[in-house]
Amino acid sequence: MASTPPAPAVAPSLVDTLFQRSLNDLVKSLRADPSAAGEAAAVARALSEIHREIRAPDAATKSVALQKLAYLSSLHFAPVGSHPLAFAAIELLASPHLPHKRLAYLAASLSLHPASLSLLPLATHQLHKDLSPSAGAAHQQHVSALALQLLASPAAAAAPDLPVHLAHDLVPHLARGSPRAIAAAARVIAASPSAAVPVLFKPLAACLASPDPRASTAAAAAFCDLSAPPADATPFLPLAPDLYNLLTTSRSNWALIKVLKVFARLAPLEPRLAARIVDPVCQLLTRSSAMSLTFECIRTVLTALPAHDAAVRLAIGKAKEFNAAADDPNLRYLGLLALGMLGPAYASTVNDCRDAIAKSLGDADTNIRQEALHLIMGMVNENNVVDIAGMLISHVAKSDPEFANDILGAVLAACGHNVYEMVVDFDWYVSLLVDMARTLHCAQGDEIGRQLVDVGLRVQDARPELVRSARTLLIDPALLGNHFLFPVLSAAAWISGEYVDLTKDPVELVEALLQPRTNLLPISVRAVYIHAVFKVITWCFSVYVGRLGDSGMAMDVMFDRLAADQTVSLDSNVALGSGEEQDIGASTVRKDPFSHESILYMIDLIQTTVGPLINCNEVEVQERAHNLIGFVHLVREIQELNKRKVADGDEPSRLKELVKTMRTVFCQELGPVSVNAQMKVAPPDGLILNENLVELAGMVSEDDTTPSTSIFFYPCSRHSVDTRDEPAVSIGSSSLSEHRKRHGLFYLQTGKTEDEPSDYPQANDSLPSSSNNSVINDDKSKTAELVFAGKKSTATKSRPKVVKLDTEDFLSSMMPSANVPKEDPLAGALRDVLLGSDAKALSSQRASDINLEGMLNKTSSNESSSQQIENLGSYPASRSSRTTSKQQNHDKEKGTNPRESDGKEPRKHRSSGRSGHRQGKHKHREKSSTQPDTIPQASVIQDFLL
Amino acid sequence: MIQAVMVISTQAKPRLLKFYNFQAPEKHQDLVRSVFQLLSASPDSVSNFVKVDTIFGPGTKMVYKHLATLYFVFVFDSSENELAMLDLVQVFVEILDRCFKNVCELDIVFNFNKLHTILDEMILGGQVIETSSEQVVKYVEEIERLEKQSSTTSFIPKSITERFTR
Repeated sequence: MASTPPAPAVAPSLVDTLFQRSLNDLVKSLRADPSAAGEAAAVARALSEIHREIRAPDAATKSVALQKLAYLSSLHFAPVGSHPLAFAAIELLASPHLPHKRLAYLAASLSLHPASLSLLPLATHQLHKDLSPSAGAAHQQHVSALALQLLASPAAAAAPDLPVHLAHDLVPHLARGSPRAIAAAARVIAASPSAAVPVLFKPLAACLASPDPRASTAAAAAFCDLSAPPADATPFLPLAPDLYNLLTTSRSNWALIKVLKVFARLAPLEPRLAARIVDPVCQLLTRSSAMSLTFECIRTVLTALPAHDAAVRLAIGKAKEFNAAADDPNLRYLGLLALGMLGPAYASTVNDCRDAIAKSLGDADTNIRQEALHLIMGMVNENNVVDIAGMLISHVAKSDPEFANDILGAVLAACGHNVYEMVVDFDWYVSLLVDMARTLHCAQGDEIGRQLVDVGLRVQDARPELVRSARTLLIDPALLGNHFLFPVLSAAAWISGEYVDLTKDPVELVEALLQPRTNLLPISVRAVYIHAVFKVITWCFSVYVGRLGDSGMAMDVMFDRLAADQTVSLDSNVALGSGEEQDIGASTVRKDPFSHESILYMIDLIQTTVGPLINCNEVEVQERAHNLIGFVHLVREIQELNKRKVADGDEPSRLKELVKTMRTVFCQELGPVSVNAQMKVAPPDGLILNENLVELAGMVSEDDTTPSTSIFFYPCSRHSVDTRDEPAVSIGSSSLSEHRKRHGLFYLQTGKTEDEPSDYPQANDSLPSSSNNSVINDDKSKTAELVFAGKKSTATKSRPKVVKLDTEDFLSSMMPSANVPKEDPLAGALRDVLLGSDAKALSSQRASDINLEGMLNKTSSNESSSQQIENLGSYPASRSSRTTSKQQNHDKEKGTNPRESDGKEPRKHRSSGRSGHRQGKHKHREKSSTQPDTIPQASVIQDFLL
Repeated sequence: MIQAVMVISTQAKPRLLKFYNFQAPEKHQDLVRSVFQLLSASPDSVSNFVKVDTIFGPGTKMVYKHLATLYFVFVFDSSENELAMLDLVQVFVEILDRCFKNVCELDIVFNFNKLHTILDEMILGGQVIETSSEQVVKYVEEIERLEKQSSTTSFIPKSITERFTR
């Protein structure tokens, strides 16, 4: 007699149960419509079905629903609220029916979620039951295997009390040497060391010595996992005898691999260990036929035993064999990887395999090429950089675009590293940069352009070559079509304008800068081009005028021509007239770039090509075009005046003065500027930085400080300082003062007593005409020596001095101080256990503790001492350079009158470039030693000691 | 340890996913997607190791095998040997082949449970516990036998038998 089915809301009907879709049905329905929308609809339908079914009172319906849910959440990323799934799973864990239990465990281990961990305590009892061997069922072993599976799942690892309750249940399984239990114990220990280590560590360690190879292999793997890098390997040192035993007796490659990995981590901690293991490792290396084991031996030798030459040679030989495996890219890749493992100290050993590695650059496999490139860049030093860079650039032509740019990027990064410390011959480097820019797929224009300008600013000796190279780039009209090269062309234009006095043929330069195809350039580059023309023409004028001397006759002749030319160009069609002129001019002008003809020719060229740009709607171009045209007109207008008041002797000198003024505008040399340069600008007299600026709260509301970059240009005029600072006095505000509070670091020191006049610090400027040139050069070479004092230079050609600023040193030295060894909970827990229980372990543990502490101390003291050395190295040097410069300044002062020297003295200081900065820093340090609140150096060291 | 095992079809559909380190469920799809991007970007006859630091954290690598329409992917960290992992992928494929008699993608699609059973016999908590394919096949068959045994004892769901006996 069939009862009426219950309401569907409470439980599914009999029909529902009988016709429940199985997982296979679900998969078929999902596959029926493979489109994304169809699949989503099928998933949604299945989910609603499952939510109904999973509440069914009988286990069969529930388990099928659970299975479907687990499937959907695992492979279709169905947004399953973890709760219903977890609850049903935990309910079914208790099922006596094996298939249901299996399903429940699978669902639980797949989809238990830290959010559903509140439910996990419900499972604790069931896990405990399933783990205990007393259950006695036929399939007990399978059940406990399932429980171990769940215990090792990532979700259970996040539940803190599960290991506390269940660790004891693992012990009998460990005693049996079950690999599952060993693996699960490793996870449990890793998850909550403090609770699990006291219970599980010793049984686990006992498994290492187990006669069952499966147990010892699993134990080795477990310890390998536990000692993995973020954790501290020191607590595992007492296991060394057992591991060594395994290393010499085990025949399982898996076990040997894991043991080798543990030893590779232990060897750096205990110096005696390396000597012990080197023989067995070498034996394995020569004997083993398994590639995986061979590779592990190579890795162990190269990373942990680099001091044993014979072993290293053997390993490198094997790595080369890997590398030469023609048919297997995996072996070739790993061979390269192995060669890269040897630390930088042994780079010369790797150097021997350079040819083999270079061959890999042409490999069909991208991974291998990348690795080869990485490896080659690792072996670059100042002696071989020329060879290697040349070899790499020749490879660029043969590579696909992507890899070609990888190579270019790597070369640029390596050579530019730490202010070109590897480059000795800058002429070579400049030509290399240009070659790189001209390679087929070059997309590194930005960096190449930056480095070209940077080399120009920093290395005076490289400038002639730079100008030569810039010329070859500028005169090539083909390059103007390649948009990747625009930054390079911009740099070339800037260089040829800035260092125009080194150019051979300014006329050609002007032609190149104004060639018709320059209209392809973007606005920013166009503006640079026009400004470069301005600089070139100014220089040509100054040379021309200088040459004319005081001969009024010649001057008159020139003016006549200028005037005549202007009337022509005003009257006739500009383009036509100049076109003719160009042809005539071009042939005659070449002989002497500073003759009347050349000057006239250039002026015409400028007027015809730059003239139209006055109407350009881009302000940058328009403004510079205006400047240039205005200057040219000015030169001509003077002549107009001269025409009217005949025989007025003043005019030539006016022209001269004008040209001279313009020339001086440009002859100030630009240089790299320290980020901290602002610190050294003394506030001008009458400026009170502490003044209350509240009245102007409304006027300044935006925080407009821009982050400072390491290099920027500054104008060399005193006016700009005043105009920049004075508004700050008159238009202060509360937000400004707030800003000051927040960024106090970036403001000038208020307690400064030096009353130097406000002037920008000259980074590396040497006024060409100043009489104290020799002093400056002295200082410069001293600082240059100082920079490279730490390096042994074997180059035959002496390296030109490279201007390098303090901040750059400072930043680069600060970089690697981040990795401070830290204590991890696992190590602590292990130590506790070992200290508390085992006498043998205790002593060795103590020893290793001391070892560790010693090492820590050593590293920290090394750190501090090296810092001290650095400081010592810089202190006296900077002091001496400072005193010498001071002395010399004093000597000079005796000769000059005091008023003038007052203004000049600080400039001399600063114009000594690097030493100037050092001096500033030094002063700062002196100050900080008297003020206890700012001691940056000491705090760093303290960190290390902690 | 092994961080993850994935089987992904060449159509970018995941066929088997198992993570041994906790990964938030919402992230699974992204992980599969980024792994598949790497797989589809690398041509055949290229070394099978890829560094996946950006996807799975520092020091992680993945090894993959491309067979027919499937990619078999193992993700592992510095505690595993690259070539051993490559062997393990091979072992896994071999076992599948033996369990399904010439495995194809459909077998994997329709045998969600069995696939996990096989994998769980090989790897537990990211540790390799069995590398012999014979052993694994033996265990899997035994489990199937046990399951069948207990299934025959109660073929009809309890709720139904209860209803009929009432």
